[in-house]
Amino acid sequence: MKRLADILAPLVLIIALLGAWEAACRLLEVPAYFLPAPSAVAASLWADAPTLATSAYNTLAMALAALILASLSAQALALLVALSPILERAIKPLAVVLQVTPVVAIAPLVVIWAGIDNPERAIIALAALVAFFPIFSGAITGLKAADPDLERLFDLYGAGRVKRLVRLRLPSAVPFLLEGHKVAAGLALIGAVVAEFVAGSGGAQGLAWRILEAGNRLQTARMFAALVVLGLMGALLYAGLARLERSGLRWWRGR
Amino acid sequence: MEPFVAELAQVEVEYGASGLALGPVDLALSPGEITALVGPSGCGKSTALRLLAGLESPTRGEVRRTARRGESAVVFQAPTLAPWLSARDNVALPLELSGVARREARTRAEAALARVGLAGAAGARPAQLSGGMAMRVSLARALVTEPRLLLLDEPFAALDEITRRALADDVLRLWAETRPAIVFVTHSVEEAVYMASRVVVFSRGPGRIAGEMSVAGPTPRPEGFRTTAGFRASVEAVSTVLAKGMEAPA
Repeated sequence: MKRLADILAPLVLIIALLGAWEAACRLLEVPAYFLPAPSAVAASLWADAPTLATSAYNTLAMALAALILASLSAQALALLVALSPILERAIKPLAVVLQVTPVVAIAPLVVIWAGIDNPERAIIALAALVAFFPIFSGAITGLKAADPDLERLFDLYGAGRVKRLVRLRLPSAVPFLLEGHKVAAGLALIGAVVAEFVAGSGGAQGLAWRILEAGNRLQTARMFAALVVLGLMGALLYAGLARLERSGLRWWRGR
Repeated sequence: MEPFVAELAQVEVEYGASGLALGPVDLALSPGEITALVGPSGCGKSTALRLLAGLESPTRGEVRRTARRGESAVVFQAPTLAPWLSARDNVALPLELSGVARREARTRAEAALARVGLAGAAGARPAQLSGGMAMRVSLARALVTEPRLLLLDEPFAALDEITRRALADDVLRLWAETRPAIVFVTHSVEEAVYMASRVVVFSRGPGRIAGEMSVAGPTPRPEGFRTTAGFRASVEAVSTVLAKGMEAPA
């Protein structure tokens, strides 16, 4: 009953809003380049379906590649930092500076370094940069989150640094890593879209490129169609990762 | 046999700016003796326990231990089990950390679980256990190395009265099997008198030993021990010392 309400309530709201939008566009005769009616957006979605699917695939592939890159590098660096307190002190301020610098500001540089001919590389690098921090800080927090009494137990039986890392700190970090990856996946998608905008035309033909292209031609309905696909993809990605997190936690806790 | 398992000699502990937290304290533990440390919160009894375990170092004075590394075990206030490990693997952990091969460690862990009455729960995760069962797993983890010194830091504080009493009897029954020296920190005077043959009362500000008394009677305790005149008298005596310690000037 509650689940049904969970699905029905937002659905009813969406239908009501779309209806009002459609009615307003028709009654007020709003020009299509300014605000297309939902029916026009739907028609555009249908007509553009093949190119939109390809673009969605391109954006998703770049975001996922970025997520994998971010995951590997963030966890490797967090491990190094966990083993050496000096390294942590050295890296942390740098990481904070890099984190608070807007990705849009760094993007032109990365585009130059990756080479104008390789926009995908630049986009993946930028999206990975955005996705890096939630995983890195989650790993750092998680590696320090072991129960202090369990740490004492390891002291008591004379466990060394590596044994402590493998048998205590890494397993303790699992919930934090799962949460970090969930947040990072959403950010990787946002990062990929932002980077695509900056990388500009003639490059990787992702969803941002579709939005730019349609915008330049004042084909507003096609912009909306690409936006709808982007929104749906983001929601699905988040839902998938949230599910992975839940089952990951169940495995970790044993129930 | 050595005269003591662990000993605090004129031990003092200071924590930074907050000044003297404990001491000076003299306390020697004989092999096979059950000692209870009672006292108000913040009197340093848990600090004394960590000193005896070698988990903390004194600011002044000396801690002497004949129990080597791996020969003392601690049971903490909470069960502190690793949630990602089964009960069996939790109990096997001290052995594996001491270099025992995994297969042997698991076999011995299962035997230790059987000793605390949890043979059937070896594969269960901590989240699937009740509070009392989790505490028993924690006890099995402490016993699996067959320690000469077993340190219990308010181990039953979070449990209900009936589970507490059952676990107290379990600890005494297990003690009778291998007779390690036990140090037991508790808030409860009755629990101290029931468990221990020797009760050490701490006073606060800084933590010092306010008094000490021995409790007569057989161990494990016979049925109805709590209703005997001797038990009541010991509880009264310890409570009197405890009350005096609370009045002591800070």
